[in-house]
Amino acid sequence: MNNIIEIKNLHFSYEPTSENENPPEVLKGIDLSIKEGEFVAVLGHNGSGKSTLAKHLNAILLPSQGSVIVDGIDTADEDKLFELRQRAGMVFQNPDNQIVSSIVEEDVAFALENLGVPYEEMRRRVDESLKAVKMYKYRLHSPSQLSGGQKQRVAIAGIIAMQPKCIILDEPTAMLDPSGRKEVMATIKRMNREQGITVVLITHYMDEAAQSDRVVVMDSGKIVMDDKPEKVFSQVDVMKNIRLDVPQVTELAWELKKAGYDISPEIISEDECVEAIIRLMSEN
Amino acid sequence: MPILETQELTYVYSPGTPFEKKAVDNVNISIEKGEIIGVMGHTGSGKSTLIQHFNGLLKPTSGRVLLNGRDIWEDKTKIRDVRFQVGLVFQYPEYQLFEETVFKDIAFGPKNMGLSDDEIKRRVYETAHDIGLSEELMERSPFDLSGGQKRRAAIAGVMAMEPEILILDEPTAGLDPAGRDKILSHIKAYHQRTGNTTLIVSHSMEDIASFADRILVMNDAGLFCFDETVKVFSRSEEIAQIGLDVPQITRVFDKLKKRGFDFGKEVYTVEYARNLLLKKLAEREAR
Repeated sequence: MNNIIEIKNLHFSYEPTSENENPPEVLKGIDLSIKEGEFVAVLGHNGSGKSTLAKHLNAILLPSQGSVIVDGIDTADEDKLFELRQRAGMVFQNPDNQIVSSIVEEDVAFALENLGVPYEEMRRRVDESLKAVKMYKYRLHSPSQLSGGQKQRVAIAGIIAMQPKCIILDEPTAMLDPSGRKEVMATIKRMNREQGITVVLITHYMDEAAQSDRVVVMDSGKIVMDDKPEKVFSQVDVMKNIRLDVPQVTELAWELKKAGYDISPEIISEDECVEAIIRLMSEN
Repeated sequence: MPILETQELTYVYSPGTPFEKKAVDNVNISIEKGEIIGVMGHTGSGKSTLIQHFNGLLKPTSGRVLLNGRDIWEDKTKIRDVRFQVGLVFQYPEYQLFEETVFKDIAFGPKNMGLSDDEIKRRVYETAHDIGLSEELMERSPFDLSGGQKRRAAIAGVMAMEPEILILDEPTAGLDPAGRDKILSHIKAYHQRTGNTTLIVSHSMEDIASFADRILVMNDAGLFCFDETVKVFSRSEEIAQIGLDVPQITRVFDKLKKRGFDFGKEVYTVEYARNLLLKKLAEREAR
C-alpha cells in the first residue's frame, strides 16, 4: 500500500505579532506516514497540537519547517492548492459553520459547482453522496431544520462528492448529542470501509478512537504514541499522565491486573470485558 | 416547602400554526433547596424548553411554575426578580462575553441588580475563586482567555448574581476530558460553598452520575423519570433506548447480568466496579 500522507520533521509556530514576538512552537517535529485506506484516530487534550496538525493536511496551515506530502502533492506548492483540497477534504467541529446553502442538495453541490463539474455528473455525485451518508430523503430540506448530527452528515456528503482520497475530520462529534455522534461515527466507518477513503479523525472521545485501525497520541506538539488502539489504551499510566482518559473497560482491566488477577490489559470493547470477567469469576 | 415546583406544566410552540408542537407535556416536579439535580434528555426531548420556564424566559401555555411556593407569573411586573433568583447559564455561554475586562464581565449581572461596589467586588472575586480563575486574569480582556477559561468566566457571571437556583445547560459541551472534569469540579466547589440549588443539563450520565442527588429525565416532551441517581441507573437499558449515553461500565454489568452474573448493584463508576469485583473474587477464593 502507498502512503497517502507523508509528514517529515514538521515544525510549526504562528507568525510573530506585535503582542507576541516569540510565539511558542505548536508542533515540534512530527514524523507520520499514513497508508491509503487506513482509519487513523489522533488523540490529545486541548492544546496538544492535534488540530494544528490536521490543518496542515490540506494546507490551511503550512509548515514552518519540514514537509507535508498528501497523495504526492507538497502542501506548500501553491499551484496545486485546489487539487490538494479536492483530494483531502476537511470536516470541522461546528456543523453550523460549514453549511453555506439553504437547501441540503445545493450545499452538497457547492464545491462541485466551484470545480466546474458538468451538470449530469454533478447530479449523480450529489445523489450518491447523500445516499452514502443516508441523507438522500432530506435533499430538499433546509439545513436549519436538521439536527447537528444530520448537518455533519451533510457536510461529510459535500466532501464525499468531491471524490477525495482522504478525509480529515476535526472533532466532528464534539458538539453533537449521543445519537448524533453514533450517526456520524457510523457514516465515517462506512465511508472508510466501502469507498476505501482514508480517514484521519481528530477526537478526544476514547470510544471513537477505539473503533479506528490506529491511534496516534499527541502531547505538547509531539507524537507520544502511535499503535493499534488496544496497545495504546493498555498504557493507562501514560495516558493518564498526559491527561487523557482510556475506555472504562480498559481501566477496569488494568485495575484488576494491578491487583494481581490474570486479565489482559488490552481490552477495549465491552464484549471482551464481559468475557474476561466471566472467565475470572468461573476459574478455579 | 420545595424551592421549585411545576404543576401540570405544558408548553406549546407556535400554537394555531402548521408548526404547532407540544414541547413540554404536563410535567409535575418538585425540587428541594440545596439539591443538585441532573437534567437529561436527547435533543428535542423538551429539556431546554422545560428549564427556560424556571426563570420565566418562557411562560407556560398551561400549568404553573412555583418558586418558593409562589407562582412566578402571579405578578408579571416582578418577573425580573425571578431572573435574579434563578440564574440560567446557556449552552456555549462564552459566546456571550462582551465586556472589556473579565472583572467587568462577571460584574455585569450583580451591577444590574443594583448592588454596592464593595458587594460587587466581593462577589466577583469569590465566584472567580470558585470557578478557578486567578486574580491576575480579572483585568484581562475576556477574549484573550483560553476556551476553557472563557467558558468559566461566563459561568461566573451568572454565579456572581448568587441565584438561589443555578441552572447550567450543558456546561461541558465540546470540552476535552480534562476541561470537562475541571468545570464539573468547580461547579461542585461553588455548590459546596453556597449550598445553592444547582441543576445541570447533560447528555451524558457519566458527567452527572458522580454528584447529582437526583436525575430528571425528559423524553418526548414528557417526564420520563425523576428519581435518585442510583434508581435511574437501574433503568439504564431504557435510558439508552431513549437516546442517552449510559456509562460503558454500566453496560458491561448489564451484559454480565444477562449472562447470569448478577452482582445485585448498579455500577456506574470504574472505581466502584473494581472494588465490587475484587471483593467478589476474594470471596470466591476464600471458599
